[in-house]
Amino acid sequence: MLLYLLKRVALGLAIVMLAVTLLFCMIHLVPGDPARILLGPRATPELIASMSARMGLDQPLPIQILKFFGNLLRGDLGMDVITNRPVAETVFSQLPYTLWLILSAISFAALIGIPLGCYSALHRNTLIDRITGILSVACITVPAFVVALYSLLIFAVTLNWFPAVGAGEKGNFWSQAQHLVLPAIAIGLSWIGYLARLVRASMLEVMGENHIRTARAYGLPERIVVYRYALKLAILPTITVIGVGMGFLLSAALFTEIVFARPGIGKLIYDSITTRNYPVVMGSVLISTVLFVVSTTLSDLINAWLDPRIRSSL
Amino acid sequence: MIGILKRITREPLGLIGLSLVVLMLVSALLAGLIAPYDPIELAIIDRLQAPSANHLLGTDQLGRDLFSRVLYGGQVALKVALVSIGAALGIGVLLGMIAGFGPRWLDNFIMLFFDTIRSFPTVMFALATVALVGPSLETVIAVIIVTTIPNYGRVVRTQTLSIKSNEFIKAERAMGASTTRMLGVHVLPNVMGPLMILASMDIPTVIALEAGLSFLGMGVKPPTPSWGSILNDGFGLIRNTPWPIIAGSIPLVLITLGFTFLGESLRDQIDPKLRRNL
Repeated sequence: MLLYLLKRVALGLAIVMLAVTLLFCMIHLVPGDPARILLGPRATPELIASMSARMGLDQPLPIQILKFFGNLLRGDLGMDVITNRPVAETVFSQLPYTLWLILSAISFAALIGIPLGCYSALHRNTLIDRITGILSVACITVPAFVVALYSLLIFAVTLNWFPAVGAGEKGNFWSQAQHLVLPAIAIGLSWIGYLARLVRASMLEVMGENHIRTARAYGLPERIVVYRYALKLAILPTITVIGVGMGFLLSAALFTEIVFARPGIGKLIYDSITTRNYPVVMGSVLISTVLFVVSTTLSDLINAWLDPRIRSSL
Repeated sequence: MIGILKRITREPLGLIGLSLVVLMLVSALLAGLIAPYDPIELAIIDRLQAPSANHLLGTDQLGRDLFSRVLYGGQVALKVALVSIGAALGIGVLLGMIAGFGPRWLDNFIMLFFDTIRSFPTVMFALATVALVGPSLETVIAVIIVTTIPNYGRVVRTQTLSIKSNEFIKAERAMGASTTRMLGVHVLPNVMGPLMILASMDIPTVIALEAGLSFLGMGVKPPTPSWGSILNDGFGLIRNTPWPIIAGSIPLVLITLGFTFLGESLRDQIDPKLRRNL
């Protein structure tokens, strides 16, 4: 297990490093000087040269990459060229908003999706099961930003039940919770469908297994068989699916943060791209990639811990 | 093929899916004939109208007919979906076969490439690329191709690896068959079924991604109509009128549903093994 863990972590690190290198190469390969683009057509050559130096773009590509990794080891992600603050400070001040948003979206989805899937599996092929199946697919396919737009239109603009923009007052829990409801629903809706389908499928599989039959043969009440034995096993795949689904969650968070004008890593990436603030683009894309790699690695490790066969395949 | 189509239409969901997809294809292809107005023609005097007999879905802030824009937007969605999925499929099959049949180091290298691409959340990767290259439909297509290749490449690789170790492949090799023949005759037909299912399931994702990027202003350039840019206009006008949002979202939701239902039904018909308990 330790060997698998080391291998998996090494692979994760390699992927992050490759991703950063790729991003650097892309910045370098693109025609036009990023500093010139940032400053606009009327900038003097001296100004462009000094901005280039501040963005670290005046050095050869390999040196830029090595420097970036060197600084990274010291926790330095570079300087934000527009606000003159360290990029790490900007990124980490936005990260908690996104993490809270994702966490509440997933909790909301699990709270509805898991019981729904469980109910469907126990009442297989009934009308409710069929309706749940179709609704799940419908939930999965509707893009998060469309759900976000509709929830903004209906619940914030028309009905005025929830606030439309921002993340709420700092330190005021009630205000923050109110601001979290619509964005969390917008991201969570597709996950309700996803989790319901997944739990239904794995529940049906588990219910057919020997230990469940044995538990029934022992005369245990159905409630205990279903909730204590079957469901416990059936929700395990959801952990890995959420881990692998981190990329989708981050993408959905980006759209939702923009629609609801919420602070967060997605909005930061979008804003830094529209202002061509490359150091912030690099830093925030790096952090979201790390988040993604960490969550997939974690879900792989949990999987390997549960299923020894996977360990030998790497 | 006709047999599969017949079986799909016998199922209610398959029939709904197929009808929605056909409806979209026809309306996008015949947009020039059906659309009552020019999608980019301005008519400020008619701005922000609610749906009426003259403007079936109303008009936007520049007085453009939303129904016509939605029809032409279908062409953009269709183009992006077909071109990018087609290209990704081709490259994915090739890389997957090379990874599965080639030497171990090449396999490892290609897999690392796949893993790296998949380690970027797609939208972030797309945004980073657009930031560097500038927004255009071609950039969106290129990003989608690059990010979808691993989906197909992985399936083909796994299938190639499992077929490679079969006795009959060893026998063929002993008889002097070329690698191209083995890949073309034995591997390719075996992966086509799963690939078709995967591709039909990817189409709604790709259409939604194009719409999403255009919604962020990172896709098609104005005034070209795209469902995403119509939604973006609607987002800006959300306190004045709900119609652009409704107009832009209806086709997007219908088509993603259509392709998903069709894909699921296709999966059940082509490969009942995959159905399992779902």
